[in-house]
Amino acid sequence: MAREISLAVVDGILIGGVYALMAVGLTLIFGVLDIINIAQGVLVILGAYLSYSLFTAAHIDVFVGLLVTVPAMFIVGVAIHWAFIRRLRGTERTSMTLLVTYAVALIIEGVLYKIYGANYDQINASYTNSTVHIFGIYIEYIYIYGFILAIALVVGLYALLYRTRFGRSVRATMQDETAARLVGIDVNRVAAVTFGIGIAVTAAGGMVYGATTAFNANSGYDLISRLLAIIILGGMGSIGGALGAAVFMITLESVVTVWYPTWSVAVFYAALVLVLVIRPNGFFGQRAVRAQ
Amino acid sequence: MRATLPWFSRNAIALSAVALSVGVLAACSSSGSSSSSSSSASTNNSASKTPITIGASLSLTGDFSADGTAFQKGYELWAKDVNAAGGILGRQVKLTILNDASSPNQVVTNYQTLINSDHVDLTFGPYSSLLTGPASAVASRNGYAFIEGAGGAPSVFQTPQNEADHNVFDVSLPVADQLMPLVNYIASLPASQRPKTAAYPMTDDPFADPPEQLAIQKLTALGVKNVYEKIYPEEPSQLTSAAGAVAAKNPDMVILGSTDVPTMQSFMKAFETAHYTPKWFLGESGPDQGQAFISAVGANNADGTMVPNGWYPGYNNPASQKMVSEYVAQYGGSAADINADVAEAYSVGQVMDQAIVATGGLDNAKIISYLHSGVTLTTVQGQVKFDSLGENSAAAAFIFQWQGNGTKFVQVLPAGDKASVAIIQKSPWGSS
Repeated sequence: MAREISLAVVDGILIGGVYALMAVGLTLIFGVLDIINIAQGVLVILGAYLSYSLFTAAHIDVFVGLLVTVPAMFIVGVAIHWAFIRRLRGTERTSMTLLVTYAVALIIEGVLYKIYGANYDQINASYTNSTVHIFGIYIEYIYIYGFILAIALVVGLYALLYRTRFGRSVRATMQDETAARLVGIDVNRVAAVTFGIGIAVTAAGGMVYGATTAFNANSGYDLISRLLAIIILGGMGSIGGALGAAVFMITLESVVTVWYPTWSVAVFYAALVLVLVIRPNGFFGQRAVRAQ
Repeated sequence: MRATLPWFSRNAIALSAVALSVGVLAACSSSGSSSSSSSSASTNNSASKTPITIGASLSLTGDFSADGTAFQKGYELWAKDVNAAGGILGRQVKLTILNDASSPNQVVTNYQTLINSDHVDLTFGPYSSLLTGPASAVASRNGYAFIEGAGGAPSVFQTPQNEADHNVFDVSLPVADQLMPLVNYIASLPASQRPKTAAYPMTDDPFADPPEQLAIQKLTALGVKNVYEKIYPEEPSQLTSAAGAVAAKNPDMVILGSTDVPTMQSFMKAFETAHYTPKWFLGESGPDQGQAFISAVGANNADGTMVPNGWYPGYNNPASQKMVSEYVAQYGGSAADINADVAEAYSVGQVMDQAIVATGGLDNAKIISYLHSGVTLTTVQGQVKFDSLGENSAAAAFIFQWQGNGTKFVQVLPAGDKASVAIIQKSPWGSS
């Protein structure tokens, strides 16, 4: 039993890293822009398909391919913001983004179905099945690389938001949009770029997801509820919180699966409710981006 | 004084509600979208007659989309063949297919639309037992015969509506018995050659559980020790953990209650990671999906993987071979690429065709009565004869296996059948 539990913990931590990669963009967008991006799951799948296409058609390594897919997803993000998000104003803006991003998800899903069909695909790079043996447990390199990538992304985004002029303008815009305009910040541009960055980092999550799990255009809907739960638990807008919460939630679920698999989903969401009762601001209850 | 929650907390609570709601929606796999497509062949001398309209709901998106689209191809291939041959009773066939997004709720809405709004003459079933159950209730309330090919779980037939109206007819193999060829084969082996231990992970689906329970009962009686038996939800993040738990038990045999390719892929990948190869490995669904399975798991990994079913592309039946060649001509690829769902869907059309001709019209009551008359019908899957609850009592159960490094999908059980080849042990992952 000890071996099964240790396996579950290791699986939980590493798979949690993959979920963190998928969630950081979501928490960034919500924390900064007050946008609940329901399309995040489908965008993860879009990122997976971009990496898959580069790998199968052009034989480009999936990590090298991020040099293409990340900028491509940034452009997609800016385009979505320009076409759908920037027009939303007023007190209903946050709730309207739910509907708008859901529509975006349906559009992207439809396009992906048209291009790739309904069959499941997976990125089968040579190292996706290679393992390292540590303390009696075999670990796939792709999960280790994914976890390192998640930490690197968290550090990079933190540096971007708190150590750069652009990051200051982002936070200033969110604290007081009018004041930000008065000091010369192009608020619309900041919002578009931030949305683009949030979607761009999702390319990394999509790549690792596609290298570890079979996916089709619909697979994003299995992800979005978990990603939302993770960013709430981590503290909305807290990028490090997303990593911590993803690891905690997936590890908890993984350990419960050892004994009672059918209860693991219930425990996942029960943990969310319980933590919010005790800590309404989530695990990392700082007021995240805008409060600093 | 009432304390007000800070902005963050208020939004946290609101977003929690959203997360839970979306979770429920995702669990239902409902995209809420629907599309319709129809097919009708070129006109002929019967064009002046109104077409026979047949409605079906299929999972063109959502969790079952790979199977749903294969079913669509099967239905449309049958309609094309029938229309090319002059239709049924001189009338062309027109299919109306709605997308249920793999949702048990949407499938009910779709059949209500097809029957009460579109007023189709006849109905064909959806994909999966999970959706066939609620869909058949709508057909029953409206007096429609409900011929289907992918709703073989006992729960589909043992409903109050079907026990009263007897309107459900499954042309495929009843799922509860589908593992019996494997059980019988193991029983025929000397004790020293039987697997010593077995694991039975199952998805939380009405399709997966019944055959596993029967197999567990029979194999345990044969001395095969049950080391793992758990039902788990089909969440991507959990499949790896469930597979890891199975691998830790190191059983000789794994019978996986899978419903689709991703479940198979997740278990196979986790087994490979753990450097664990079961000597016997069978998935209830997934390996029968031809190229869709191979492209997800890799041909070498597929080698030695078994699946129960009632049909395979190499089935020695003239009608089946004709359908296979037509499929390849229309959709490309090779025979091995064809999903067994195609044959199941095609068989649904064939049974309906024979019932219409025999009853001389589209009266659903007469069709129901005819199908329960004990008549034996022919399909690309072999013979069909319905029992009192609509299960196909004439269906033969087979076990198929990927061999030749994942290049050949062959029948291996029943062992005495002339079409069966020798069963092989699961080869190590990634070997060639």
